[in-house]
This record gives sequence, structure tokens and C-alpha cells, in this order.
Amino acid sequence: MNIGVALALLGAVLAALFAGIGSAIGVGLAGEAAAGVVTEEPSSFSKVLLLQLLPGTQGIYGLLIGFVTLTQIGVMGGSSDISIIKGALYLAACLPMAFVGYKSAISQGKASVASIGLVAKRPDQFGKAMIFPAMVETYAILALLISILAIFGIGGMAV
Amino acid sequence: MAENQYIYAVARIRCREQRLLNASFLEQLVTAPDAEACMRLLGEKGWDGGGPEDSDGMLAQEQKRTWDLMRELVQDMSVFDVFLYENDYHNLKAAIKECKSPNAFSNIYLSQGTVPVERIRQAVQENRLEDLPERMREPAREARQALLHTGDGQLCDMILDRAALEAVRQAGEASGNEFLKLYGELTVAAADIKMAVRASRTGKNRAFLDTALVECRTLNRDSLARAALDSEEAVAAYLEKTDYQDGAQELRESPSAFERWCDNLLIRRIRPQLRNPFGIGPLAAYILARDNEIKSVRIILAGKRNRLPEEAIRERVRETYV
Repeated sequence: MNIGVALALLGAVLAALFAGIGSAIGVGLAGEAAAGVVTEEPSSFSKVLLLQLLPGTQGIYGLLIGFVTLTQIGVMGGSSDISIIKGALYLAACLPMAFVGYKSAISQGKASVASIGLVAKRPDQFGKAMIFPAMVETYAILALLISILAIFGIGGMAV
Repeated sequence: MAENQYIYAVARIRCREQRLLNASFLEQLVTAPDAEACMRLLGEKGWDGGGPEDSDGMLAQEQKRTWDLMRELVQDMSVFDVFLYENDYHNLKAAIKECKSPNAFSNIYLSQGTVPVERIRQAVQENRLEDLPERMREPAREARQALLHTGDGQLCDMILDRAALEAVRQAGEASGNEFLKLYGELTVAAADIKMAVRASRTGKNRAFLDTALVECRTLNRDSLARAALDSEEAVAAYLEKTDYQDGAQELRESPSAFERWCDNLLIRRIRPQLRNPFGIGPLAAYILARDNEIKSVRIILAGKRNRLPEEAIRERVRETYV
């Protein structure tokens, strides 16, 4: 059994797993608030739906990191012979997306809940309401960037 | 995560807050020519229960709407019991007094309470106080004895008012929720301050103050009682050292300004809940805000029926939550 591949696969799974769980929680929280607003004001549906979807992006980023890692280590086809050290490096490279994705999705979900409240009160302030949860996205994108740069970097390393 | 339990409910309340009566609408009511015009304006806002003539029916209907909404949103309604304790003690007071009177009254009871009115009535009439919840038994016994032995209705009221305030404060503390704790504390503090000022105006003695004032975290009962025995100015000076400094200013200004400050104290302190998206706080604040607007509308309608001048009505109308 190739331990290097196992470690890299663990990294890919963690990125998809944690970022996905975080997004599910975030979208769930925002969904409850959105349902509350639509119960009272059905015309707000499209606005609150957009706000609900914002915390969903981390799950997609996690999927992307997982997918890229699987391609790099050859699980999706080709040769899957990598050293233990390289496997450990892939694992480390996936962690930013896993942890930051998890935490930022939940925080973004909470910001979305607050923004949905804002839209309920002041529908004309929808643009501003979008910005607050979107700010949290910055940190998920930074984590995505570092994970992806690391994964591609490791691919070219001779270890 | 208890704070995430009420996200749906808070979102609905955020929309409902838009429909609360605001200060400019209340001003419109105050300047309306008569009570009928007020009822018409309220009808346009959806306050149309009970028919165009029956303002009591309409207000009762509005109160019922608030509680119906809460029952829909919150599974365990016992979190709001703290708001209903005062009604329980009012009903207990009414039952004890009804017992002493040769006539039976049914319209002196409040229907919103944690204990059914009939249970309180029967327990008092049949002298089975053990049927009451534990917290009410001792005050009921004490108040009834006070009324039977001394015939002093004021003492009976005072014992039960005090018990009600203590129950509210204890329930607030026991809830573990910051908002309900604040509600308990402010209810007791406002009652204590009001009592101290009135006692100092009417020259009551220390024994009276010791019975009437209730212990709370933000006021020192002993210092407040001593200030009340001294003078109204001493009460104002004491308030300046507490969280209620703004009350001292109002007290020095005029008695009516001070009474208004006491009425508005709670609504001012709960306003931050308008910006809180999580937890039970916004729901509880909405109940209080609805209560507050119903009281304001009742004051305006009563003023209009009795042909009070606009200025006199305006002075009594409370601040609004939104």
C-alpha cells in the first residue's frame, strides 16, 4: 500500500469534508432566516435567496481543492506513485481550505442571517446587505489560493 | 447552539416590527378630532378586531394576536412566563378582594397569566392555597391575613406587588438569558424607584419602605430607603450614583417627567434588540413593544373619550420601540 497516496487522499477528503460541512451549516442558518422573511414578505424571495447562497461557496472551493489533489496524485487516472513526504505535503496543502472553509462558512452564514434581517427591514438596502457577508468570503478565497498554489507547487517538487 | 434556535422566528419578527405603530402614527392619533377618528385610523393599520365601537375588544384582540404569533414561533412558551407573572399576582389580588366582598365580580381578572383564573379563584375561595404554585402560596396567605385582620387593602396590595416583582426578578435570573434577566432587573428597579419617590412625597416610614422595596442588583435597597426617608432630592442624588442617572434629572424637572421616564425606561433599554439577529431577545422585546403600543393606544382612546386636551394626552403617551 502506498502511504503517500493515502496521506494525500486524506488531505483531499478533509478539504471537501470540512468546507462542505461548514457550507451546509451556513446555508442552513441563512435558509431559516430567509424562510422567516418569505413567510411574511413573499416578494423578498429573490433577494434573500442570493444572501442564503453566499455561504455555499466554501463547499465548492473544498470540492475544487479535493478534485485538483486527486488529479495531481493520480487517483483519477494515471500513475499514483508518490513518496510519503510528498503525500504529507499534499495533506498539509489541503488544510487551509479545510479549516478556513469550515469556519468562514459558518461565520458567513451568521452574517447572512443578519443581512437577511436588514433586507426584511430595509429592502432598498439590498446592495449593502450583500457586502457584509461577502467580506467573509475574502478569507475563504485566501485559503483557496494558498491551498491551490501549494498543491501545484508540490507537483513539481522532486521529493 | 441555543442562539440559533430562533433564527426563523427572529426573521419573521423583523418583518413584523415594520408594522409596529411608530411615533408619528401615535402623534396622528393624538391630533385626531375624536375617538371614532382614532378607531378609523387604527382600522387602516389592521387593528380592526371587536367592531368599530368596541375599543376594549380591539385591544384584547391585538394582545391575543401577539401571543398567537408567539405560540406559532416558539415551541416552549414557558420562556415568556416571566412577562405573565404580574398578571397572576393581579388575579390573586382580585380573588382575595372578591372573597371579602359580598358581590361576585368576573370582569376584574386578566386572562393572560401562567395560572388559570378559575384555579386561583377556587383556591382562594375554598381556602386551598396549596393548589396555587409554590411561589404564590406564602404571599397569598400573608395578603389574605393582612386584609382579614386589618382590613387594609393597601397592605394587601403591597404584599402581592412585592411578591410579583420578586417572582419576575427571580424568573429573569433563573432563565439564564441576558434579555430576560435585564427585564426582571429593570421591572424591579423602576418599581423601586417609583415607590421610593412616592413614599418620600407622602412621608411614609421606614417599615413601609422595607416592605415595599424589593432587592435588586442595580440598586441598594437600604440606601434607596434612607434617601426616600430624607427627601426627594436625596433620592435624585442617590440615583445619580446608579445606572439610572438620567432619572435623577427628570425627577428634578417635574413629577410627570419622572413618571414618563419610569414608563419609558424598559422600552429604551430593550431597543438594542432591534439589531440583534439571534436568540430569544428580539421575540421578547417584540412582546414588550406590542404591550407598550397597546397601552399607548388605550391611553389615547381614553383621553379622546374624556375630551382631554391634546397636550395632556401627548404627555402620557409612551415612547415607541421603533
